[in-house]
Amino acid sequence: MRKHADLIFQLVSLSALVIALAALAALVFDIVSDGAGRLSFQFLTNIASRKPEEAGVYHALMGSIWVIALTGALALPIGVAAAIFLEEYGSRSRMARFIELNISNLAAVPSIIYGLLGLGLFVRLMGMGQSVLAGAATLALLALPVVILSTREALRTVPNSIREGSYALGATKWQTIWNQVLPMALPGVLTGLILALSRAVGETAPLITIGALTYIPFAPDGIWSKFTVLPIQVFNWVSRPQPEFKANAAAGILVLMVLLLSMNAIAIVVRDRQQRRGRI
Amino acid sequence: MTTRTLAPRRARGALSLLKGEWIIERALFLCAALSVLTTAGIIAVLAIETYEFLREVPVLDFLTGTEWTPLFSNQKFGVLPLVAGTMLVSSIAMVVALPMGLLSAIYLSEYSPSGFRRVVKPVLEILAGVPTVVYGYFALMFVTPLLQQVFPTLSGFNALSPGLVMGLMILPLVSSLSEDAMRAVPQGLREGSYALGATRMQTALRVVVPAAFSGITAAFILGVSRAIGETMIVAIAAGQQPRLTGNPFVPIETMTAYIVQVSLGDTPQGTLEYRTIFAVGMLLFVMTFSLNLISTWLRERYREEYA
Amino acid sequence: MIVTSRPVPASLAGIASRPGQGPAAFDTPVKIDVNALNFYYGPKRALDGISIQIRANLVTAFIGPSGCGKSTFLRTLNRMNDIIPMTRVEGTVRIDGESIYDAGVDVVHLRRKVGMVFQKSNPFPKSIFENVAYGLRINGLVKSKSEMIDRVEESLRQAAIWDEVKDRLHDSALALSGGQQQRLCIARALAIRPEILLMDEPASALDPIATQRIEELIYELKKQYTIVIVTHNMQQAARVSDFTAFFWLGRLIEFDRTDRIFTAPAEKLTEDYVTGRCG
Repeated sequence: MRKHADLIFQLVSLSALVIALAALAALVFDIVSDGAGRLSFQFLTNIASRKPEEAGVYHALMGSIWVIALTGALALPIGVAAAIFLEEYGSRSRMARFIELNISNLAAVPSIIYGLLGLGLFVRLMGMGQSVLAGAATLALLALPVVILSTREALRTVPNSIREGSYALGATKWQTIWNQVLPMALPGVLTGLILALSRAVGETAPLITIGALTYIPFAPDGIWSKFTVLPIQVFNWVSRPQPEFKANAAAGILVLMVLLLSMNAIAIVVRDRQQRRGRI
Repeated sequence: MTTRTLAPRRARGALSLLKGEWIIERALFLCAALSVLTTAGIIAVLAIETYEFLREVPVLDFLTGTEWTPLFSNQKFGVLPLVAGTMLVSSIAMVVALPMGLLSAIYLSEYSPSGFRRVVKPVLEILAGVPTVVYGYFALMFVTPLLQQVFPTLSGFNALSPGLVMGLMILPLVSSLSEDAMRAVPQGLREGSYALGATRMQTALRVVVPAAFSGITAAFILGVSRAIGETMIVAIAAGQQPRLTGNPFVPIETMTAYIVQVSLGDTPQGTLEYRTIFAVGMLLFVMTFSLNLISTWLRERYREEYA
Repeated sequence: MIVTSRPVPASLAGIASRPGQGPAAFDTPVKIDVNALNFYYGPKRALDGISIQIRANLVTAFIGPSGCGKSTFLRTLNRMNDIIPMTRVEGTVRIDGESIYDAGVDVVHLRRKVGMVFQKSNPFPKSIFENVAYGLRINGLVKSKSEMIDRVEESLRQAAIWDEVKDRLHDSALALSGGQQQRLCIARALAIRPEILLMDEPASALDPIATQRIEELIYELKKQYTIVIVTHNMQQAARVSDFTAFFWLGRLIEFDRTDRIFTAPAEKLTEDYVTGRCG
């Protein structure tokens, strides 16, 4: 009897997992079956249009790439610097503890709140307008906690003997960090950065909030350009009543997913190559 | 052999080296402090606009009013319908994410062979990494039509479908944090239970889960916070009708969906209507931030218990 | 030093009188002068009133059971303990008469003068050449590329590893064997031309043949450097050192010429330790 109860409980627990995985399968199947027929070379090179069959994602794809590249350029140096401070300099001070607590709380603040911050601070106070730069700055703040946490993990894996070896040769603290610690931590840092960016590339709400436009018929040509991104374009299409636009939305999602998967693939390649180089 | 001196030479090189180190440390500190400035910035931006808003709308009307019509000519600023919408969708999400997340965590931590675990964990992470706009599409285009076959009265926009999908989205978070908490329970406790003749189920439910209780609670609270702040699923699939209701079959509007609605419109900056999104944002921030603090505090506690 | 005559343990008598190791003298100049040194990890006192005079161009060995403070003491000599938080030093350490814990002392200069080799070889995950060049580069010790190449070769030769690596200088240092890695770390330390070389159990992770090469190297190096070596291996201390200091529970129990420590120690504790009766 007790044995039966145990078996049933095990099956119930397992079924929770199976249901979740089945739902994921349903999601992928639904989107592929809705959108695959709409995917074509034209879909990638055309811009938004009122006619669903002529519409494409070129402008939104370019917008996503611009924003993500700039987000990475902002979040990487700041995030790595913050992580170095917390891990190598101030790890025991009360100030560092406070900053740590603050970062872990920021990691759980809803992304739309970052959008309101970006709207008030970057778009209006700093006068960046609804530009690529304002969008990237907003997403960089959103990505920072992840970059900081993963960089700290990576710094922690560098053995202390490497630091001691460098100090013993008369290196200063910064020389030690810059020449020895950081290069060793680099694969972990980059993996964390790409993880953070792949989250940012799917973000929609904060960019809508800062006023990234839902209808914009051109690709950005600089950091001051107005822009839209893939998820916003998808949202725009989903909100239209005509079913043809829904197919466009599904096809747009597929492009977004491919972008996400290729970013993750890059992360895996970077990590493997660096690990192999380190091992020789 | 000449003897070198140990004191820093008064040469420019040595001095500028020390000065450089000092400057670098300050710069690194500033980058770390940026996170504190971000929090301060969020609070400042929200507080300033909310203050302006509350000068025109009494705070009691805002917090206890039951009608929300800031975009109509007959303006009412009672936020309760938005709060109710948020609570309704979040509750549905947690009804899904809480038991399923806990059960899958129990399976992964107490039953599963490690090979199975290695395969399933990354797949669960994919589930957590799907952009929310995709979940919104899934809720509107797949789940709602499916549910309509079971409940013919379900309208095209409703709280039920986005709630269920949101539960699916939050499940990996609840599952992985609960699993962490359970794996932190010392093996000795489990062995003690087995030694008394308990089955794995009895050990899991009567020993491991109670021992990991504060960690599991922390996971749930973080899940609730995530549900409250989730935006795109509800903006796409729940509708835009602020309504004080507990009925999951009719269109509603959440706090986050309202912010999106105003951002998409052409409401001029600096007007009262425009400020409503900051007031709603402030409320959202206060709710999620306090939940996050409680969650962090609980997690620290279980870390201390088994450190 | 009071030397009382005690029966010499037969097993060590032969080692201490190894030919070629001339009797060490107390009249060689003092290089490191330590006076009443206390060291604390937080509230815990790890070193208690250490006073010792280490002489130039000789090898001084620190022996004692693990946890006795010998490594901690070694690390106070180049202020390596500075990077461990919550530590504190009392007393004075003078090198060439200069107090190294004074406020005006630049730790970077100190560590250039006092090189260090660690228990576990810790080459940087870079090429063999880069490992040796690193110290030269960060300290700005060479002016040209050719000078750099010369200094790297000179250091590798001094560390008796040049012949083994000269054809693969740009291969990863991690591809070397354990003993080669340790000699590379010695070469790396020698490249910046220190005056003192601290060695923290440099052969403890190596096989007997690699250990022998390191010991021969130490014998060569003492012509140019003052060497302080921590070892848990008493035979090794007897083989390579001129002076030996015995540590026990954070105190310096006895310090004398190596032959006397091993044949006629003044303290009962020292005798018990070197004859293997305790520790």
